[in-house]
Amino acid sequence: MDALLFMIFAAIAVVCAINLVVQRHPISSALSLVGVMGALAALYLLLGGEFIAAAQLVVYAGAIMVLFVFVIMLLNAGTEARGRRGWAHYAGVPLLLLLFGLIACLITRRMPASEDVVFGQFTKGGPLDIGRALFTTYLLPFEVTSVLILVAILGAIVLARKEID
Amino acid sequence: MPPLPASVPLSWYLMLSAILFALGVAGFLFRRNIITVFMSIELMLNAVNLSFVTFSYKLKQVDGHIFSFFVMVVAAAEAAVGLAIILTVFKNRQTLEIDEVSSLKN
Repeated sequence: MDALLFMIFAAIAVVCAINLVVQRHPISSALSLVGVMGALAALYLLLGGEFIAAAQLVVYAGAIMVLFVFVIMLLNAGTEARGRRGWAHYAGVPLLLLLFGLIACLITRRMPASEDVVFGQFTKGGPLDIGRALFTTYLLPFEVTSVLILVAILGAIVLARKEID
Repeated sequence: MPPLPASVPLSWYLMLSAILFALGVAGFLFRRNIITVFMSIELMLNAVNLSFVTFSYKLKQVDGHIFSFFVMVVAAAEAAVGLAIILTVFKNRQTLEIDEVSSLKN
C-alpha cells in the first residue's frame, strides 16, 4: 500500500514538474506547480510529517501560488515567444542528465542499503513535537524569521506601490 | 510485471527529490519568462524540502521538519519580494522576457 501510494504521488509530482518546464504559458506552469506541491504534501504524510504536509498545502499551494497566479493575471502574461536556439538548448539536456546522474550516483553510493519507509514508523512529526522544538531549541531562528517576514512585507510594499508624484 | 513491494526504500524518496531538483534547474535555465523562472526556483526549494523530511525520517528526529518549515517561510518572503520586483520591472519595461532585461550587461 505504501509503495502504491508512493508510486502514484511520485508519478504525479514528476509529470507535473515536466509539465511546468515544457509549458509555454505561465498559468499552465503555475497550475502544474500546484500539482507538484499537492503530491509532495501526500508524500510528507507518508513520511510521517503531518504538520509539514498541512503547512505545505496551506502556505505553498494556498498562499504562495495564489500570489503567483495573481501576478500572472495582473501582468496579463501571455505565451512565451519562441526565441532563437543557442547552444544551451542542445548542450543543456545532456548536462542536466549528467547532473541528475551525479546526484543519483551519490545517493546510491552513500545509502546503498537504506531501510524501507513504513507509514507510522515516525510519529514525531505532529504539531506537538514541531511546536516544542520550534519554541525551545529553535527559538532564536524563529524570532529572526519573524523579523525577516516584516522586512519582506515592507520591501514588497515599497517596491510595488504606485508612484506618488 | 513483478509484484509491487509493500514499501519503498528511503533512497527512492531522495531520487524523486533529485529528479524534481534537476527539473527545476532545467526550468530555471531554459525558460525565458521571469515568472516561470521564479516558479522553477520554488520547485527546487520543494525538492530540497522533500530531502529534509526524508532525512528527518531516517534519523528519527524532528529537526528536518523544522528546517523544512524555515525554508517555507523564507520562500514565502522571497516570493513576496520577488513578485514585487517583477511588477516593478514590468512597470518600467513592459516586458517579462529575461533576455530583454539586460541593462547591466556590458
